[in-house]
This record gives sequence, C-alpha cells and structure tokens, in this order.
Amino acid sequence: MFGTRGRPFLQPPGRATLFAEIIGAHYHPPTLELTGGGQRMHKLLRVDMSKRTVAYEDLPKRYSQMGGRWLTSRIVADEVPPTCHPLGPENVVVIAPGIVTGTPAPTSSRISVGAKSPLTGTIKESNSGAALSPKLARLGIRAVIIEGQAKPGEFSLLRISKDGASLSPAAQWTGKSLYEAFPALFDAHGGVQRVGIMAIGTAGEMRMASAGVAFNDLSGRPSRYAGRGGLGAVLGSKGLKFMVVDDTDAPKREIRNKDLFASGRAKLAHALATHAITKPKGALNTYGTAVLINIINEAGALPSHNFREGRFAGAAKIAGEAIFEGNKSRLGKELYNHPCSPGCTIQCSNTWHRPDGSEHTSCIEYESDWALGANCGIDDLDVIAELNQLCNDYGLDTIETGGTLAVAMEAGVAKFGDGQRAIELLHEIGRGTPLGRILGAGAVVTGRVFGVERVPAVKGQNMPAYDPRAIKGIGMTYAISTMGADHTSGYTIAPEILGVSGKTDPLEAGKTDLVRNFQYATAFLDSTGHCLFTAFAILDIPEGLEGMVEECNAILGTHWTTADVARIGEEVIAIERAFNKAAGFTEAHDRLPGFMAREKLPPHDVVWDVPDEELDKVHRP
Amino acid sequence: MITVDVCLYADLGRYAPHLQVGQPQSVAAPAGTTAGGLLHRLGISVNVVRLVFVNGRSRPLDHVLADGDRVGIFPPIGGG
Repeated sequence: MFGTRGRPFLQPPGRATLFAEIIGAHYHPPTLELTGGGQRMHKLLRVDMSKRTVAYEDLPKRYSQMGGRWLTSRIVADEVPPTCHPLGPENVVVIAPGIVTGTPAPTSSRISVGAKSPLTGTIKESNSGAALSPKLARLGIRAVIIEGQAKPGEFSLLRISKDGASLSPAAQWTGKSLYEAFPALFDAHGGVQRVGIMAIGTAGEMRMASAGVAFNDLSGRPSRYAGRGGLGAVLGSKGLKFMVVDDTDAPKREIRNKDLFASGRAKLAHALATHAITKPKGALNTYGTAVLINIINEAGALPSHNFREGRFAGAAKIAGEAIFEGNKSRLGKELYNHPCSPGCTIQCSNTWHRPDGSEHTSCIEYESDWALGANCGIDDLDVIAELNQLCNDYGLDTIETGGTLAVAMEAGVAKFGDGQRAIELLHEIGRGTPLGRILGAGAVVTGRVFGVERVPAVKGQNMPAYDPRAIKGIGMTYAISTMGADHTSGYTIAPEILGVSGKTDPLEAGKTDLVRNFQYATAFLDSTGHCLFTAFAILDIPEGLEGMVEECNAILGTHWTTADVARIGEEVIAIERAFNKAAGFTEAHDRLPGFMAREKLPPHDVVWDVPDEELDKVHRP
Repeated sequence: MITVDVCLYADLGRYAPHLQVGQPQSVAAPAGTTAGGLLHRLGISVNVVRLVFVNGRSRPLDHVLADGDRVGIFPPIGGG
C-alpha cells in the first residue's frame, strides 16, 4: 500500500538534542573506519505510524559497527526524549538483529527490541530468539524504527520484503488469540519457511505494562518472547500489531573476511558442542532451562510464595527433570528439546504434552515455570502449562505476570497454590476486565492497589527467579541494572551457583567487580545477536570468546580483540545509564525493596545486607 | 555410622539406577565420610559431578558429612 521512499536521515527538529549533549561526555564514536563497499546496502527502516509512511535510510556511519542491544539503545538514546511518556508518540521502538545475525554463526538469531519502558520508565532492551531476525539481517535491515502513533484503536500489519515495506490494516485480528492469528498469517504470507512474524497480543493492544513482544519459533508457534519491560504496550500505543518479514531472494550477508569468519565460527561452534551444558543431549537440550529449578531450590534461593521462602516443597514436581519424565511417560519415548530460532545448536526449547500426548504448550522456561509455579505455590505442571499458554496467547511476559499473580495472592485475591483461580485471573487480564487491567499493569501497580508491601521489584520490574538475599551478586545485578530487576543483564548465577566461570560463594558480598564485568560482557553479547546461553561455553572455554570476536571482525572489518568486549559493553551501559539519568533515575533507585533487609529468607535465614556503597561502586569504580 | 539424605539430579540417575532422581533418600555411611566418599559409596564417578550441595551450600569433595545432612548432587547444568 505504501511504497518505499528514500528519505534523508534527519532528526525531527529539537528532538533529543539536549540528550545528545548530555551523553556527549560518555560517548566516544568508534575510531575504526570501515572499508569496502559492502556496508552500502545496510539500511534503517523507519516506519511513521502517525503518517503511515515507511522510508529506508542509509545506515549512519556512526552506527555501522553496532547491532542488537548496542544499536537499539543507541537509537533510543538519540531519538527519544528521556522524560517522555513511554506510551506517547515521542517514544520509538527499535527492532534490531545482532552484528552476526543472518550469517552461519551458531546460535545467533536473537532479535533486540528497545524503547523507553512503560513498566520501568528506564531505557529497555529485551531480546528473543526469532525466526525473523536473520531474515531482517539478510534484507540488509540493521534496524526497524517504529515511531509516531496511529489513531486510537487502529492497528496495522507491517510487511517487509526485498521489494519494500508496507502497512496494511490488522483489524481482523485485534482482540483475537495469537494462536489463531499466526497460522492464518502464515497461510496468507507464504508459510513458516518463507516469513517470520512479530506480534503483540491483546495485552499489548490494551497497552498493559506487562505486555511482551511475541516472535514465532521454527514451527510457527507465537511462543518466543522479548517479554520484559512492557515493550508490547509500546507497540500497542503505536498501533503496530504485526510485523511480517519475507526474505525471499534476499542476498546472503556479506562476510568481508571469509577465512577469519570460518575460523571464528568453528571455535565458537566447538566450544558449544563440547561444553557439558550446551552440547547435544546436554543439560539444556535434555531438560531445558527448567533444569535450574532443583539446583536453585537446593541452594535455598528459589523464591516461593511471593519471595517468602527460598525453597519450594513442590520443586521436584515442576523441575526440568519432571518435564522430561512426564513427556516420556505421556509420549512413550524420550523427547529432546528443539531450537527456538534458526541455526541454534544448543536447542533448549521444550514442549509439554497433555496426558493424551497432544501438545499443551511451548516453551516452559525456567523463569516461566518458577513465576507461574513456585512463586504462586503451584506445583502442577499441567496448570503451569495452561498459565504459560495463556500468557503466550494474550501476549504477556510470564515473569511479570507470575510475579503479579503472587502479589495478588499475597493480597488475598486468590489463595497461594490455587491454580484454577490463577487461570481465571489470567483470563481477566486477557479480556481486560477492571481487575485484569490492574493485574496487567504489573506487580508494583497491583501491590499499590491492594496495599501490599511485599513487592519484590526494582525500578518497577518484578524480580526473576533468584532470591537476592541468598545470591548476593544477582541481587546487586537487580539493583544496578539499567533495566530494572533483570537476571539476564549480568548472569552472575554462573559462578555463584553453577560453578561456571569459577566459583564464588553466593552468600558473600564484595562482588562489585564480578557484577560490573558481567554487565559489560553481557551488553556485548546482547549486541552480537548470539544467545546469552553461549556464555556458559565461552566463559569456560576461552577459544569460544575468541571465535565470537573473530566472527564480528570478519563481518565488520574491525580489529577487535577480546579486550574490546569490555570496552563495547561499557559503552552500551554508559549510553543506557545516561538515558536513565536524564529520565530522572539516581542511585536511590539502584536499591532493593526494604522488606528484603528486614525479612529473613529460609532456609538460610538471610536478609539483604549488601551495603549501598558496594552497589554504587559497580558504576563508580 | 551417620545417615544423610541424598538427592540426585538431572541425568545422574543413569549412574545410580537404584536411586530415584529428585527424591531424597536416606543413605547410611561411616562417620567421617566426605562428600567424595559418599559419591564413591553411591558408585558415581566424580568426573560426572559438578556440584555437591550440603545443607544448601556448595561444598568441596573433602567436606566431611554430619549425621542428618541434606546432600544434593548435580552434574554440570545451566539455564536462565
């Protein structure tokens, strides 16, 4: 409907100028110049939802080395006034594949989604494995920028192919189930092989702060989520319901140095294939991420009943081992996990099957299993599967939703362990009843409405599945993350619990260096397009990290060493922190809720006791 | 003799088919038995074990067990 038109790269007048000055002190443009003509085809695709126009722009040179989180955070910082309302037309949503996405680099089909978050008020990047990510990359699109705002109630589908991009009405699918919409959309657009889809569910249409952004997996399920931070609500505010990407006849991604790429790729692939956690039929492939339930429970850090206890009596019944055994008994054979996105060699995405063998849901991740299970006192995998499926169908972040249900249980809206009532509440959210609207706004709002103090959140975002009182480094990470309480911003669980990348006592403080290093390394990893789980292999096998850096150099023509990993990660964090500072965030926001310093967590009977100065030293060494 | 509650996780069941994965089971051992000694008694090679938790704390193989300890034994695992 709308053809592609060239448009010079222009900032709207007055927009974000002040912010560019503020961060000037922190941001140093890359000094390495690109050579060769290959980058000429790299584009930004800008979609103005107010005017219903699409336009391709040449990738500005200063963005030329960036991908994934680095690029989404850079563009959000450049274009979004930090004090704007996240649901207003001033916010933008940036969707970016990683630096190596779309090449044969293993496990590199992540997509980053960035914006100012309506849940936290901070800058946000949430990433997911996505079938459409390599397709965007092969089309030469380094980022899609969604700006402006459609008329209220008007929702569109953005289709992107080698012939251009266009918007068309999506009214037919508003208010409908994503599990109905996706098969029909695949039929209409050429099938699962040909296109990849991004979507928001009804939660996003209603601009709920716990709405995520859904992407299809390789079987076409709307089951992979950039879940955190309410980015689905931002897309809802813009009026973008779907994005369909068709890479038919797209060229391969150019690789400047094929030998170097082959060498880097082989090193990383070898590390992934040999490490006990990431190898085929290893822990992730066999038991999925929910293999963590038992070990975090054993460590006394599995938050149970809204963070009242660190162990859950029903842990073994909902753990990854129970999922594996349950499927085996219901299907009559062992079922190993599948890749969530193209080119993944780890393959940790699971399915759960009903007693008759039919598929109930995919994927019961550790976080979802815990949030909808242990945290709500629910120990029945069939109930957890139903809750998980409803979150996927309505377009909700499972972590925020489970955390909110637990706060609602704390308030007496339901009893802990009452799975049927939890399912009813999920439907209230999906239908947008008054109670559902409150719950859909997340744990902090729900706690405020019902007068609950025990709300385990930082900067408005509910904590994930590790109690910070029993694992101090992850607690520090929750506190100082640019994204609110977020384990993926620096997964210190690896050395604190799993014995990966060394071993450190989870109950001891004094981890400012560890926390900082994980922040930087992760920000780099999130920029490459590689999955965070590659970290298990590259933290233990140094050649794996070398390989990852070589892949980047081969594609970008850079000369990075592994030392540049921290430099780039630091730059990403600096961009995000400067945005947050300009949005009004101070060190006073880098704190855990007060009840955690007062209430002892069994079984270790520990409180949150890391001094504030230690938290502040992470970013002010 | 001491008695400890032992729990095996993930794929360790294949090394000790007489023990159920994820279910605590009482195991008797001589006083002074270490975490490593317990693995030996259970017929589990230290090579397949990454972590031994005793009463919720990760402990080295030379850690001496006490009567009534809760012992969780894990191969290399990860997730998130």
